[in-house]
Amino acid sequence: MPFNLLVAACLLYVIFLFTVAFLVERRALIGRLGWLRSPLVYTLSLSIYCTAWTFYGAVGYAARSGLEFLTIYFGPTLVFVGWWWLLRKLVRIGRQYRVTSIADLISSRFGKSNTLGVIVTLIAVVAATPYIALQLQSVVLSFGVFASAAPDGQAPLDAGSTAIWVAVGLALFTILFGTRNLDAKEQHHGIVTAIAVEAVVKLVALLAVGAFVVWGIAGGVSDIIARIDAAHLNAWQVQPGRWTGLIFLSAVAVITLPRMFQVMVVENDDEGHLARASWAFPLYLMLMSLFIVPIAVVGLERMPAGSNPDMFVLTLPLAEGQGSLAMLAFLGGFSSATSMVIVESIALATMISNHIVIPLWLRWHPTAGAGDDLRVVVLRARRIAIAAVLALGYGYYHVSGGSAALAAIGLIAFLGVAQVLPALIGGLFWRGATRVGAMCGLVTGFAVWAFASFLPSFGPGAALSEAVFQQGLFGLSWLRPHALFGTEAMDPLTHALFWSMTLNTAAFCLGSLLTFPGPVERLQGAAFVNVFDGGAGPQRWARGQAEPEALLTMAQRILGEEAALTLFQSAARDQGKEGFLPDPTPAFLDTLEARLSGSVGAATAHAMISQLVGRAMVTVEDLMAVASESAQIMEYSAQLEAREAELTRTAGALREANEKLTQLSIQKDAFLSQISHELRTPMTSIRAFSEILTEGDLPPDMVAKYGKIIHDEAKRLTRLLDDLLDLSVLENGTVQLNLEMANLQQMIDTALTAARQTRPERSFVIHRDLPSEQIYLKTDADRLTQVFINLISNARKYCDAENPELRIAVRQRAGRVMIDFIDNGSGIPKESQALIFEKFARLTDANRAGGAGLGLAICREVMTNLGGSIAYLPGQGGAAFRVTVPLRLEKAAA
Amino acid sequence: MARVKPPLFLARAPYRRRRLRDAARLLPVVGLFLLLVPLLWTPKAEVSLSSADVIYFFAVWLILIGLAAAFAPGLRADEQQPEEEED
Repeated sequence: MPFNLLVAACLLYVIFLFTVAFLVERRALIGRLGWLRSPLVYTLSLSIYCTAWTFYGAVGYAARSGLEFLTIYFGPTLVFVGWWWLLRKLVRIGRQYRVTSIADLISSRFGKSNTLGVIVTLIAVVAATPYIALQLQSVVLSFGVFASAAPDGQAPLDAGSTAIWVAVGLALFTILFGTRNLDAKEQHHGIVTAIAVEAVVKLVALLAVGAFVVWGIAGGVSDIIARIDAAHLNAWQVQPGRWTGLIFLSAVAVITLPRMFQVMVVENDDEGHLARASWAFPLYLMLMSLFIVPIAVVGLERMPAGSNPDMFVLTLPLAEGQGSLAMLAFLGGFSSATSMVIVESIALATMISNHIVIPLWLRWHPTAGAGDDLRVVVLRARRIAIAAVLALGYGYYHVSGGSAALAAIGLIAFLGVAQVLPALIGGLFWRGATRVGAMCGLVTGFAVWAFASFLPSFGPGAALSEAVFQQGLFGLSWLRPHALFGTEAMDPLTHALFWSMTLNTAAFCLGSLLTFPGPVERLQGAAFVNVFDGGAGPQRWARGQAEPEALLTMAQRILGEEAALTLFQSAARDQGKEGFLPDPTPAFLDTLEARLSGSVGAATAHAMISQLVGRAMVTVEDLMAVASESAQIMEYSAQLEAREAELTRTAGALREANEKLTQLSIQKDAFLSQISHELRTPMTSIRAFSEILTEGDLPPDMVAKYGKIIHDEAKRLTRLLDDLLDLSVLENGTVQLNLEMANLQQMIDTALTAARQTRPERSFVIHRDLPSEQIYLKTDADRLTQVFINLISNARKYCDAENPELRIAVRQRAGRVMIDFIDNGSGIPKESQALIFEKFARLTDANRAGGAGLGLAICREVMTNLGGSIAYLPGQGGAAFRVTVPLRLEKAAA
Repeated sequence: MARVKPPLFLARAPYRRRRLRDAARLLPVVGLFLLLVPLLWTPKAEVSLSSADVIYFFAVWLILIGLAAAFAPGLRADEQQPEEEED
């Protein structure tokens, strides 16, 4: 294939991408993005995870170490299907606090510390440089495959100049679309869409090559399975440590890689997209790796020995004479490399400008006038940073000579950015994580990584001398790069992963535990950890002396005149003011800071505002005051609540008492009319019969009869009056008790005999348990027997059963004796149960021959005097009363 | 500003939503387990790659993707709801 055609195809492809990006930018400008902001585009843009390393290198990886290449995809798969754990929070925080990069996130979480931002930026740049070199190398190699006549991929044609041209081209593209404007939110719709297109291209290319291999060269699925079994591909090594470590590493990398953070968090338009990507992105990864093993197997089979397996995706179709397929594969690889480089350099440039260039520039020009537009500085800084990042990548490629195996560099880069993880996870989930802890962790991790992984990757004698490899740093044998602390069993990567992450986490935790965070740190910590709890938390600014005009000037320098004026005007309107100058209230300062940090990062925005506001920053004392204020309010409200509950209770009790009183009053009225009736009836008959008797002339038997009636009626009157008297004595507590030892059984016997006079015509079946009644009580036997008689008579009177039965059960519990009287009648209705022990209470008028409704009231008073109680037992299948008496009544209680 | 205690027991729909979240949280754990199980397989005599291994991993992969796809709509709808107490 002519080399010129290849170059032309590349150029056409790039122009096509340009057009896509340009059109999308235009639509974004007029606010009509439509489906371009769909979850599909978001998911596809995430595919920059698959770089040229995965596009070409995976096949080589599979050819060399079997299934181990899958670990690079398994980690992200687990992270995405488990998005509810971490990614959801990450994206929410990113959107809520307008995070511009992972360095910005870390710096913002730990008190907007720019030092942390610088550290993360440096780590990211150092780790990304070899990675970018790797992309350049893969593009150069793939050019070489086409250029050389023999399709063995080993004769790159003028590799140096190709790499330069690719690097320059990429830098131009990135600068053109990555730094066109300084958005309030750092988003690049054009680039994201172009990357989504590239994602489709690389997927289609790889699937096409795979399909060609499976159905074109091999004879379908079953044949390819047979070939896999027959091929002597290395099995995935049973190295639990490396396998697990690589899954962990790739899982971490997908979170912490600057370019992944850029597309996943910064470019995210809608949190809902993440839910879709949680399965769609793993699906994409799976499709990308579906044909890797077949391509590797068939490649090893068909290609001459010694061919570079990294290039099988290209060389295989070429060798089979499929020129256009090879071209498609080439464009796929080209896409993988370019999209990665573009996004990575944008992400890095954002970090460099926000955390290194702008703070320095602000230090040198602290009082620049309104005229100079900081945005120009920011954009220029980014453009230079992009060029510098690519130059670094090219430099690394040039120095390393592009010889190292692709996968090794990729993993080392992964491990470098993974050092951010402890600070990130700790910052998101642990309020106790502090700035110093994060710094300790990052620096420790970075140092261990550099010493154990990055520097040794240049080979012995290059960055680290032969002696260091053999004898360790400073001749200390426990400081050998591949055997720290004497751990030689692990392979170098697992070894570096283990020690860097362990020491990093340990330093992070220790530093956090031992230091005390500043006020901004604590505010930010609470805000980040509790991001889902809603509410903005306490104000970050106290009311300052800032001149609104100075604020406006500063905002214009960063946001541009138009945007700043709009912001100030709407804020002024919200405060009910005309014009463009709102009061510098804490709320307004917060809003302004959030807007500015979307452009220049949280640390810089914070520093700029505090410069103008002076010492209006909150202090620990302010925080404590706010906290104690709210604690007081909470305590007060708790007190109110308690009081309210008490009031409710009292009201309930009062209501109950009132109901009872009302009912009692009704009862009392009824009783009065009744008692007059009761008194009047015997009186009437006494008067009538005594009149008859005074008239004389009566036969003696009639005289005797009338005399008896008069006598009976008089007795009834006496009984009634006795009862009333008795009750009043009992109630006044003036009753005399005769305490003596008495047998309970005898008392019940007496009571049963006495009660037989009541309605003697009814025959009752009495159930007793005689042995249990053999109890000697120290009490007033006569009074207690009186209660028993009353209860048994009541049963005889009111039990409405066909065959009346009465059960008497005795139990002894903790020095008290309980005697239950249970009949088999219909019992007492629930609504009346509360009233039966009241004076004058009588349920039915059916059987009022007995008394005036004083019996149970007397019983209750007696029991109270005896130190016991009487209660109605519901749910016993009839009327049931429980009498409780103390086993030994002491004198004092009487 | 009386602090309203979150209800101890939930209606059926929120209960299901919470269990869905639990399932979503468990998914990566299950996935990791399934991906690590092959480490415990008896080492084979020959060191060459067998197609059964490949098929196993891709099957696990597909299952994870399928489950995540099944959970996603419910979780996404859940996110639109006001945030409830996490438990």
